[in-house]
Amino acid sequence: MNHIKRGIKDGLPIGIGYFSVSFSFGVLAGNYGFFWWQAVLISMTNLTSAGQFAGIGLMAAGGAYIEMMITQFTINMRYAFMSLSLSQKVDKKFGGIYRWLLGFGMTDEIFAVAARNKVVSKSYFAGLLVLPYIGWTSGTLAGAVLGNILPNLLAGALSVSLYAMFIAIVVPEMKNFRSVTVVVSIAIALRVAFYYLPVLRDISSGFALTICAIAAAFIGAICFPIGGEDGE
Amino acid sequence: MENNFLIYLLIMAGVTYLLRAIPFALAKGKIENKTVQSFLHYIPYTVLAAMTVPAVFYETAHIGSGVVGFAVAIIFAWYEKGLVKVAAAACAAVFLAEFAFLFFS
Repeated sequence: MNHIKRGIKDGLPIGIGYFSVSFSFGVLAGNYGFFWWQAVLISMTNLTSAGQFAGIGLMAAGGAYIEMMITQFTINMRYAFMSLSLSQKVDKKFGGIYRWLLGFGMTDEIFAVAARNKVVSKSYFAGLLVLPYIGWTSGTLAGAVLGNILPNLLAGALSVSLYAMFIAIVVPEMKNFRSVTVVVSIAIALRVAFYYLPVLRDISSGFALTICAIAAAFIGAICFPIGGEDGE
Repeated sequence: MENNFLIYLLIMAGVTYLLRAIPFALAKGKIENKTVQSFLHYIPYTVLAAMTVPAVFYETAHIGSGVVGFAVAIIFAWYEKGLVKVAAAACAAVFLAEFAFLFFS
């Protein structure tokens, strides 16, 4: 019971951030001509940002099914690495059917928060999913029904909460481990290159993110294997 | 579009779900390889860092507010204030900064 409560609490900032991001998704879906229930159904079954934004764009443009498949695969490939990473931290009772069920909730943010724990139990992970799922779904509904009425001021402030949370996870580790500082710097340098440089900036954000994260983590694994003098 | 919507939805949700669930459900036991272990250890940090910079500077109406929020988050995170406090402080800072930029520009 304690685990569930702790999970729900840890999910609060994610839920708030998700509300504002999915609000923009709902607004965009409305602009594309989707019904509100379609936008909500997409959010309830996908629970992912970049993939959904790309997905409704493709639908609106009447893209081929195979194109949808490839787009979703490249944008969301990073989840496979996160799932593999978290599978190393779950406790013995978190197996079988629970992994098939709860694996659905492996978003960037939920993964990152869960991965801060040495051991992840199924009740903690289930609790962690609750508020982000509610935030993501209700934000989509609100955006699709209300349209663009959330003042820019408030939308900006709310969406920053997700990034602030990332910073809250990464900075203390950078403070304590030089290896994390180096690896994080490499990831940022790569991402900045993919953001601004010609050709590189044309690559979809989800795929670029995957490349940067994998490359930086790989360099880290070669240069600073854990258990070494600077590792954990 | 109406006819195709459910098929599109099935493809989107299916691909996304399988990418998440298959490695999670099928990775039985601990991976012993040191390099793979280290790689998986660093993945959360590299994903989060690459998601945050430079995107955080473009979320707000004024880029200056993004910078303020970023700085406040780093300061609170440096003192290890915890997720909720760091997020709340950054949100408040961005909100105030957006107001300031609105009135003084």
